[in-house]
Amino acid sequence: MNQSPTEKENIVASLYERLGGASAVDAAVDIFYRKMLADDRVSGYFDGTDMDRQIAKQKAFLTMAFGGPNKYTGKDMREGHKHLVARGLNSTHVDVVIEHLGTTLKELGVSAADIAEVAAIAEGARNDVLGR
Amino acid sequence: MTVRIAIGDACFASESDETVLDCLSRNGVSVPHACKSGVCHSCLMQVTDGEVPDAAQKGLKPTYKKQNLFLACQCKPEKDITVRLPDGAGLDTRALIVGKDMLNHNVMRLELRGEGSFACEPGQYITLINGDGLARSYSIANDPTKDGRIELHIRLLNDGQMSTFLKDRAAIGAFLTIRGPAGNCFYVREEGDAYPIVLAGTGTGLAPLYGITKQALASGHKGEVQLFHGALKDVDLYLVTQLQALAQEHPNFRYVPCVLKGDAGQFYQPGNIEEIVMAAMPAEKTRTRMFLCGAPEMVNALKRKAFLSGLASKHIFVDAFLPSQAAAAHPAP
Ligand SMILES: Cc1cc2nc3c(=O)[nH]c(=O)nc-3n(C[C@H](O)[C@H](O)[C@H](O)COP(=O)(O)OP(=O)(O)OC[C@H]3O[C@@H](n4cnc5c(N)ncnc54)[C@H](O)[C@@H]3O)c2cc1C
Ligand code: HEM
Ligand code: FES
Repeated sequence: MNQSPTEKENIVASLYERLGGASAVDAAVDIFYRKMLADDRVSGYFDGTDMDRQIAKQKAFLTMAFGGPNKYTGKDMREGHKHLVARGLNSTHVDVVIEHLGTTLKELGVSAADIAEVAAIAEGARNDVLGR
Repeated sequence: MTVRIAIGDACFASESDETVLDCLSRNGVSVPHACKSGVCHSCLMQVTDGEVPDAAQKGLKPTYKKQNLFLACQCKPEKDITVRLPDGAGLDTRALIVGKDMLNHNVMRLELRGEGSFACEPGQYITLINGDGLARSYSIANDPTKDGRIELHIRLLNDGQMSTFLKDRAAIGAFLTIRGPAGNCFYVREEGDAYPIVLAGTGTGLAPLYGITKQALASGHKGEVQLFHGALKDVDLYLVTQLQALAQEHPNFRYVPCVLKGDAGQFYQPGNIEEIVMAAMPAEKTRTRMFLCGAPEMVNALKRKAFLSGLASKHIFVDAFLPSQAAAAHPAP
């Protein structure tokens, strides 16, 4: 589809594009995952021996929270965190995740407005993640 | 959900969540296997009809995928499939045993010469398959592209099937089948870069690390290279004089033998290798490359510690020497 120059300028880049897409996910994943592993409140849930697999999963999480392309449904989120809910996952853990997500993005120089948008997407998954 | 797995004239119903390897083994069809973790590639099979899930081809070369090869230990088929054991052509190389000698009281060096050209990087591993179909992976300790010689370090286990076979029955002049190489634990020269390298391993984890170290130094790596070799007792160390000589030759190379049950004031450092390595981590965390090989517990623990200390996950290269796993047993008739 052809667009006139004025129309083009009016298109606002999506959150995911503004953050930098897949390369932003790559930049954020180590910082974010390191914070989760170092935080006693949540590290127990990320203790699997296979770090590479965990990092791949956290990339999926970040892609989703950054508003990027993902195939996850609410049902997938329920299924995917069921074993964690059985181990005591609750709302305070979601708060911790959103907190570390925010500080990670801040370290990467992301604006407060964009961080709020990311937090809202994560917030939107709270009930599914907790199976409520 | 039950699916049917056909092989030759036989056809078996697989139980839910069962891999092709376990289903066939349970029914008395023997398929070579060792790690059951998708690492050693000894369980490669070919699907001739039907489809296998992506997970069953993870990490395979594109040419293997094109030939419909897959890993039986990673394959939980969703639909009926017909499979066969590949004939080995294009997959396997024959190798002549050209040397056997002891490096210490329980590590044997095995030297092979591959038939035809054998391309690999020191630090990658190959899977040896003997005449009985027994398969085990071993890491490459030298650069075989120079003279076609492949050097492996085999830790001899009292009740180890392959290590005992290699020690007692595999004679110089006999042939073995090798599959591979595979693995991404090796040195990649990055032009003009002088990043620090930390290598750490226990036992025969030294084999790939020795290969990687020699490769890095031979390529003229400018950054600091530190090699930590962990052993329980001092007699479990090996290649000590060779590594000390290498350190004499290359001012940027540091060799640190670590002995868990050791004494102070010796040529090694007494204590736990994980602590010794972490205390010696280079300051430039974000540029440091790390190679970890050997016992899975040590490798995973150090990987985590190094990552938490600030190393990038993509800069930590790991080869866990996973012990072999038995496939589902075939009930006695
Ligand atoms: C990628 C990769 C690379 C490897 N590289 C090397 C290498 O360079 N050199 C090398 O020596 N090995 C290496 N291994 C391990 C090797 O493949 C075999 O597992 C090992 O040689 C034992 O085989 P086996 O047939 O002699 O013993 P098995 O018959 O498989 O085992 C005999 C008994 O010993 C136990 N056992 C197995 N491993 C150990 C262990 N580490 N410590 C104590 N008990 C054990 C088993 O549980 C079993 O009870 C590597 C493994 C992998 C996956
Ligand atoms: C805030 C909302 C959250 C979202 C949107 C979210 C999203 C995701 C996604 C997309 C995955 C990958 C799923 C897969 O591909 O299998 C995942 C996995 C995972 N999540 Fe979350 N998550 C959230 C909260 C949490 C919290 C609070 C915890 C624990 C403190 C947590 C722990 C995990 C773990 C451990 C995995 C890996 C599971 C496994 O090993 O299979 N998540 N999450
Ligand atoms: S890859 Fe299947 S047994 Fe090792």
